Amino acid sequence: MEHALSMFVQGVFTQNLALSLFLGMCTFLAVSKKVSAAFGLGIAVTVVQAITVPVNCLLYNYVLRAGALSWTGIDALASLDLGFLSFITFIGVIAALVQILEMTLDRFFPPLYNALGVFLPLITVNCAIMGGSLFMQQRDYSLGDSALYGLFSGMGWAFAIVILAGIREKLEYSHVPKGLRGLGVAFMTAGLLAMAFMTFSGM
Amino acid sequence: MKLSETSKDSFLKPLFKNNPIFVQILGVCSALAVTTSLKTALTMALAVTFVTAFSNVGVALIRKVIPGSIRMIVEMTIIATLVILVDQLIKAFSYNLSKQLSVYVGLIITNCIVMGRAEAFAIKNKVSDSLLDGIGNGLGYGAVLLVVAFFRELFGFGKLFGIVVFPTVQNGGWYVPNGLMVTAPAAFFLIGGIIWLVKTCNKEMQDAE
Repeated sequence: MEHALSMFVQGVFTQNLALSLFLGMCTFLAVSKKVSAAFGLGIAVTVVQAITVPVNCLLYNYVLRAGALSWTGIDALASLDLGFLSFITFIGVIAALVQILEMTLDRFFPPLYNALGVFLPLITVNCAIMGGSLFMQQRDYSLGDSALYGLFSGMGWAFAIVILAGIREKLEYSHVPKGLRGLGVAFMTAGLLAMAFMTFSGM
Repeated sequence: MKLSETSKDSFLKPLFKNNPIFVQILGVCSALAVTTSLKTALTMALAVTFVTAFSNVGVALIRKVIPGSIRMIVEMTIIATLVILVDQLIKAFSYNLSKQLSVYVGLIITNCIVMGRAEAFAIKNKVSDSLLDGIGNGLGYGAVLLVVAFFRELFGFGKLFGIVVFPTVQNGGWYVPNGLMVTAPAAFFLIGGIIWLVKTCNKEMQDAE
């Protein structure tokens, strides 16, 4: 339980994917103009992240890493190290899962599909998702840990984008210097948010 | 060789007028993450330039035979292959550097510049123009990276490319390093500042009310 809690604080606050690791920045800045859109995208990212990280974890541990294929009992396979294929495998898995998720939602949960559908294709190229899987590989998470990590890091990202969208909605009414309007001030706001999130690292 | 007008355009535009980072808002993630020192920024800039240039060439070469419905997957495969090459090269020749860059080399795959250029330019243009467009975009990205890294390394550590410029207090010098520069928020502020500067100098880039 304590372990899960520390994973939570790490995933959501101290190692926030968007604000301290800068992942998924393109969509983070592009879709954070309205809270409703930001919320939808945030949920979609959390769902995809929570599915892809454990799936990639399984693939990495049972197919790709050095000696991972020893469960087959064939010597020629057991000595293989397919680690260099991890990038292309992860991105393939992500693209396929997003596609499957999109089709499943479309078929069985039409209202959810209408709400999230437009965001799903964006997610394939969202580096937060790819980053989640790569961090899983780098930190060598177990299956349980990677499931927790996927869920919490996705939540952290969603949390950050919703806050930023809320602030940007209010910023519409303020007098921002001409050149800073739009993207510039969004960066500054994200910077201030990142500072606020940094304070959690003392926990 | 005399370059045609479009070729020149495809190379020069992304350097400033249509810069991938502050105009197209592409590839911001890694721009923020690897800029704590000039060395990592330079490596990243070269890696991205290489990948963008050759993925553009690859996509442009087979643009007439890719069926529209699977072009994303084809583009992705070309990009991922190139990124694996770059990653293995960096690991082989400079292992420490690859440790510092951590996951961000792998993330070139999802760097929107590469995919964006393949999708927006290479899929409908000549091979030679696509190559120039790729190099131009890579360099435009690299230029911003180097500027940000210059400030962060200089003020955060008092160094440039690892060479001491301002001797820091810890080592008996006079400069007190600005700890903020090395942390995440500084990267946001610096890029925000650069965008501000560029947009103030160039009125046509400003957002309409």
